[in-house]
Parts: sequence; C-alpha cells; structure tokens
Amino acid sequence: MSRIPLPYNPKVLDLFRNPKNLGKMEDATVIAVAGNPLCGDMITFYLKISNQDVIEKASFESYGCAANIATSSIVTEMIKGMKLEDAWKISWKSVTEAVGGLPSIKFHCGILAVGALKRAIRKYYKNKDVSPEWLEEELSFEEKQALEEEELAKMISKRLKTEEEK
Amino acid sequence: MVENVKELLKAHEGLKREVYLDIENSSIVPKEVIDAMLPYYYKRAYGNPTLTHKPGWEAFETIMESKQKIAKFLGCKTLEEVNFTPGETEANNLALMGTAFAMKDKGKKIVISEIEPISVLHVTEMLQKYGFNTTKIPVDSEGFTNLEKLSEAVDKETILVSLSAVNSEIGTVQPVKEALNIVKDKNSETLFHSDASDTYGKTAFNLQDLTVDLATVSSYKILGPRGIGALYVKEGVNVEKILEGQIGTQKLWPGVENTPLIVGFAKASELAFRNFEKNVNCMLRLRDKLIDGIIESISDVRLNGPKGDKRAPDNVNISFLRCEGEALTIELSLNGVYVSSGSACTRRILQPSHVLVAIGRKYDEAHGSILMKVTRYHTDEDINYVLEVIPNAVKRIRGITGSTGVE
Repeated sequence: MSRIPLPYNPKVLDLFRNPKNLGKMEDATVIAVAGNPLCGDMITFYLKISNQDVIEKASFESYGCAANIATSSIVTEMIKGMKLEDAWKISWKSVTEAVGGLPSIKFHCGILAVGALKRAIRKYYKNKDVSPEWLEEELSFEEKQALEEEELAKMISKRLKTEEEK
Repeated sequence: MVENVKELLKAHEGLKREVYLDIENSSIVPKEVIDAMLPYYYKRAYGNPTLTHKPGWEAFETIMESKQKIAKFLGCKTLEEVNFTPGETEANNLALMGTAFAMKDKGKKIVISEIEPISVLHVTEMLQKYGFNTTKIPVDSEGFTNLEKLSEAVDKETILVSLSAVNSEIGTVQPVKEALNIVKDKNSETLFHSDASDTYGKTAFNLQDLTVDLATVSSYKILGPRGIGALYVKEGVNVEKILEGQIGTQKLWPGVENTPLIVGFAKASELAFRNFEKNVNCMLRLRDKLIDGIIESISDVRLNGPKGDKRAPDNVNISFLRCEGEALTIELSLNGVYVSSGSACTRRILQPSHVLVAIGRKYDEAHGSILMKVTRYHTDEDINYVLEVIPNAVKRIRGITGSTGVE
C-alpha cells in the first residue's frame, strides 16, 4: 500500500469548485440517500419525476470528498431529461468516465452515487406501487455496494458503543 | 497522473498569500539552515567519516561537532548516546525492535499508550508475530495517559514502556516524569522510551531532568532538513541494531553518515534554542489566536486535545462538524492555506486517526478534523489571513453537505 496525493483531474476539480445542481429540492418526487457519515461519504439525491417517468430535475447534497461531490454532481447532470428506464442503465463506470477518471481509491465514490440514483428509482416505483419489467428485483451492483458500506458503518458504531460501555 | 497534478497546481495561481501550517507532515527549511548545510555537499567534509583522508577526517570532525551541539541541547552525558537515523520513523523502529531483540530473554511484554505514533504502534503489531505482546494504556478525553492503568500494566515481564512526551496530533503534553517514576517503581529493569519529536525545541525537555532510557528526536519537526533524526540511548542501555551493513562511526545505524543533513539538524537545533523563550511565546500567542479565532467565528467546532499549558505551543487541532476533512483541505489549499486532515482514505471507508478515536471522538467528528502547527516564522498577518479563509471554506463545504447525514 502506498499513498499518492490524489491527482484529481481538472473536471473533478471544476465540479468540486462549482458543483452543478447542488442543494435541497423542495418539490422533489423522490429523495434517496446512500452511505453514512461514519464512512466519510454520504449522498442525498432529489429527483423531480414527471407522470411519464422522465426525470425533470435532479439535485444533490453530499458529505464527502472532492470525488464524492464531483460524481454526485455529474450524475444529476447525466440524468436530467432521461427516462427512468434509461437512467437505470447508468453504471458507476460510465460515471467515472464522465468525470474524466478517478484515482482507484476513489472508485467507491462513483459507485455510491449510482447506488443512490438506483435507490431513488426503485423507491419511486415502490411508492407508485408499480413494477416495470426492466426493474430487476435483485439489487444492482451499486446498490449492494452502498448497502455493504452502510453495514460497515453500523458495525463501527456498534463497536464504538460497546467500547464506550466498557 | 502528473498532468492532473500540474492542472491542480495551476488552479492555485494568483493566490494573494500562502500560509503553510502542515509542519506535522513536512516543514519549510529556513534559509539559514540551508546555508549552513551547503558547503558540506561540495566544499569540505564531503568524505566518508570512517576513512583515512582529509575529507574523511573533516567529515568526522563535523559530525562530532554537530553531535556535540545536539547532545548539549538534549542533556546527554556522552556523545555515544546520540545515534543519528534517517528520521523519527527509523528511530522509533530502532528503539522498539532494538530493545525487544536485546531483552527477549527477560520478558515479552511492551506497554504503550493508545495514542502513540504509527511508527511505534505498527512496530508493536509487527513484534507480536515474534512472540512479543503489547498492552495499550487508555487515555482520557484530552489525551492524557491513565497512570493508574499504566501502573497496573507494568509487571516483571515488561521489558519496555513507550510513551511520547507530546502527542504530535493533538498536542497533549504527557506526564512523562510521573510515568517514568511509576514504571521504574514497578520494575527497575523495564526500559522507558519516549518519542520526543514534538517536544525537542518546543517545550522544556532535558534528559538530565527526565531520565528516560531512550528518546527519539526529529530534525524536520524543528524546521531542520528531512531525512535525519536521532535516537538517544542512555549509556549502559543495551539495544541491538536492526539493520545490517557497512558500519560507520555509529554502532546502532550502519551506512555512510549524511554530513550535510547532520549539520542542518544541529543548525536547526541552535535556531530553536537560541531565544528559546521568545520562540515559544511567539508560537503560544499565534496558537491561541488561531484556536480562539476559529472557535469564535465558526459554530459546531471541537478543539481536540487540552487547552493552555498542557498543550504543545505549536499545536492546533480542530474538528469541524458536517465538514469532510479531505474536501476542506482542498478548499483551503485553493485559498493558499495548507493543512492536513485527521482521516485518510485508505480503503473504501475513510480511516479516522487512531488518536482521535482514542480520545472518544466519533468517526464523523474525526473525519472533519484539521491539524495545523504554527512556527516562530509565522506572523500575525499569516494567522489573520488563515482566520479569514477558514470560515468561508467551512461555510462552502457545509453548504455542499446540506442536510445530508444530519439526524
């Protein structure tokens, strides 16, 4: 293992300095979160979805590093005007590409951003009590990874609590 | 990858001021120190100090004179007590492994505090593979070692206790003298090591008064060049060397002595101790100005480590809640303020500093921690600038966090 000075590319830096679609959305149709502050990154997505299942607006808030902020921001850009069925096809790899690449240690940021997006889509259909054919019941890779990270956070906080009791 | 870094650097163009506060991880070397070192690269004493020619004898003379200066500041009895190493990491490795190997027939137990530096902590973990065991003594919410627990832990099996004089992350000035008495009362044969890298040149520290068996000092922590430090080994204490190679003027560390770095270390020591009180008072004033300024202007912050006399004069460590540390260090850098964060992204999850966890900080509190150290070269204008930049940076990063993670 070695440490490098996280050579973020100009695109990531630009999104970090001037994030697009930042902030809470008051009239969001669906809100989804992924991650946990204990793990150092957490994302909230706000989506405004039309009756035709098209994403009209998307915004985000994020507690995390520059890569976390940049990937969240780019996802909201990518999905604007997209049908949910197409948005579902977005993978963490395409998000990583869209920000011009990430240091491998930061891949999980893109994964978490897509995890939050897929959760939002799933939640939207669950709220509507509709299950489109293309929406697989099995969790996507990104959703699973987000869940795993949250489980880790739970373990950490449990461990910290036991230590406090000692 | 380098291309990206070039672009990152370009993003810093046009800064109106730059303030470097990351002395924990590397330092600016004052020109006086560089000037003192330069002749030893090409003018004189460039020889190997063990060899029989003029440049070699010059090197020997130079090294011994530098050693004499450092030995005097440390309060050593003999010059042989000072062993130059390439830095704090190596000196701590030598102290821990060297005593473990030398004492292995007397016992297998090593006692350290929970907040020792990584170069102590990880060595004890490595030594476990060779049959040694470690007891870690807890610290309180300000980082002070629990002396009762220390007393309980030291037994006839205990070969070594290692306790830093000052914690480099949160600045806690440990009660080393009391700890030393407790340890020697319980077992007079137990050796006592103290990493004094954050004490030497910054607080009153003298081995005539604090009679530890081994002590680590580092050059860059007192604004000397990187790549040089020393382990003090008290006369009569048996430590085994941990590296093999061509033996030079020192018994415990093989290889060719680096004369210019040794000269630089001695010069940096002289500068730190010349006007010692004035230097310390300058750091104290700037430290408190920085701490108070941040606490007064920003809500939801936590000072990590103690306040006042029991805190190292240069150390500022503050957690900014709802503000992720790496994002904050980048934002500050883009504004010319250079600091480090207590958490490092080494895997999928951010690893909080073990020191902050040991004093009871929650992970998200640790993730938002920033470490800064002031020096005698910083000015009021520098600190004013930092106090102007930090609130805006925190505000911007908190703006991105929004309500995420707020319960």
